[in-house]
Amino acid sequence: MSVKVLTIKEDLLGANQEKADKNHKLLDKHHNFMINIMSSPGAGKTSLIMQTIKRLKDKIRIAVIEGDIASTIDADKISKQDIPVIQINTAGACHLDANMIENAIDKLSLEQTDLVVIENVGNLVCPAEFAVGAHKNIMLLSVPEGDDKPHKYPLMFTEADVVLVNKIDVLPYFDFDVNAFSDAVSGLNPSARIFPVSAKTGEGLEVWFSWLEDALK
Amino acid sequence: MHEQSIVESLLALALENAERANAIRILKINLVVGEYSGVVEEAVDFYFSFLSRNTIAAEASIAYRHVPAQLRCRRCETIFTPEKNNLHCPECNEQQVDIIAGRELYIDSLEVE
Repeated sequence: MSVKVLTIKEDLLGANQEKADKNHKLLDKHHNFMINIMSSPGAGKTSLIMQTIKRLKDKIRIAVIEGDIASTIDADKISKQDIPVIQINTAGACHLDANMIENAIDKLSLEQTDLVVIENVGNLVCPAEFAVGAHKNIMLLSVPEGDDKPHKYPLMFTEADVVLVNKIDVLPYFDFDVNAFSDAVSGLNPSARIFPVSAKTGEGLEVWFSWLEDALK
Repeated sequence: MHEQSIVESLLALALENAERANAIRILKINLVVGEYSGVVEEAVDFYFSFLSRNTIAAEASIAYRHVPAQLRCRRCETIFTPEKNNLHCPECNEQQVDIIAGRELYIDSLEVE
């Protein structure tokens, strides 16, 4: 039997991208806006989401999709706010993909939702590779992680529309240079908006809330 | 770090293309992997070896072609390969750069019989 060479040139993430586009269209059809929040574990994604819910739930109908490798700890916290929460346990996978989000969106009543918030799995590498169909990618980087992260994880910073520098309340205790960090992010991604915040004390969050409200208009 | 889902897509794509060409066996998969794709070879091989069982790709080997990251300076347009953790342009020290290579992750070709 003779050996044949088949030229393929097909992207491995192509199928994921197609599904992400489908999710995006479905949300548009129902006038829903979806944000994909990504960061390392412990950077403050859940705290940011809780603050955002508290501040905006009277104006905007919010639903949350929680991605975790295991457990429902985050989902339990959020459902106490009387917000619809869909928990995705990825069973080991380090990121959410478009297929998981499609299944989660399916369980939401989109007619009763304005904003879908995805809390991605805590990880600075993989979530940036997998489009899910979000309208905006939000990235959180917390002060204790260090200001050199854009150089180490360039892809994540290239994909972000908004970069929140979280935990600025502990800036005095760390050698984190906010200007150096902002320059590094703008270097890779000049259109990214950078907001220094503290999800704990609430400092700086008003800028984030108004950005989000404007984005929804 | 996300090799399982990568390998699932890899296998699905390879099988689909091989079957369309009426192949009875896949011998080799030529894969192109960019430096920023975050894909680890050993992990791909590991997942491939058990996910491909009982398929016409069970005996296939994966050949990797690595693409180093390349950046282009937005000021002087120098194209350079960044040193580890330093994305500044080596000519003018600018850090306004575009990633022009290193994100690749695709099957270039299949060798089948």
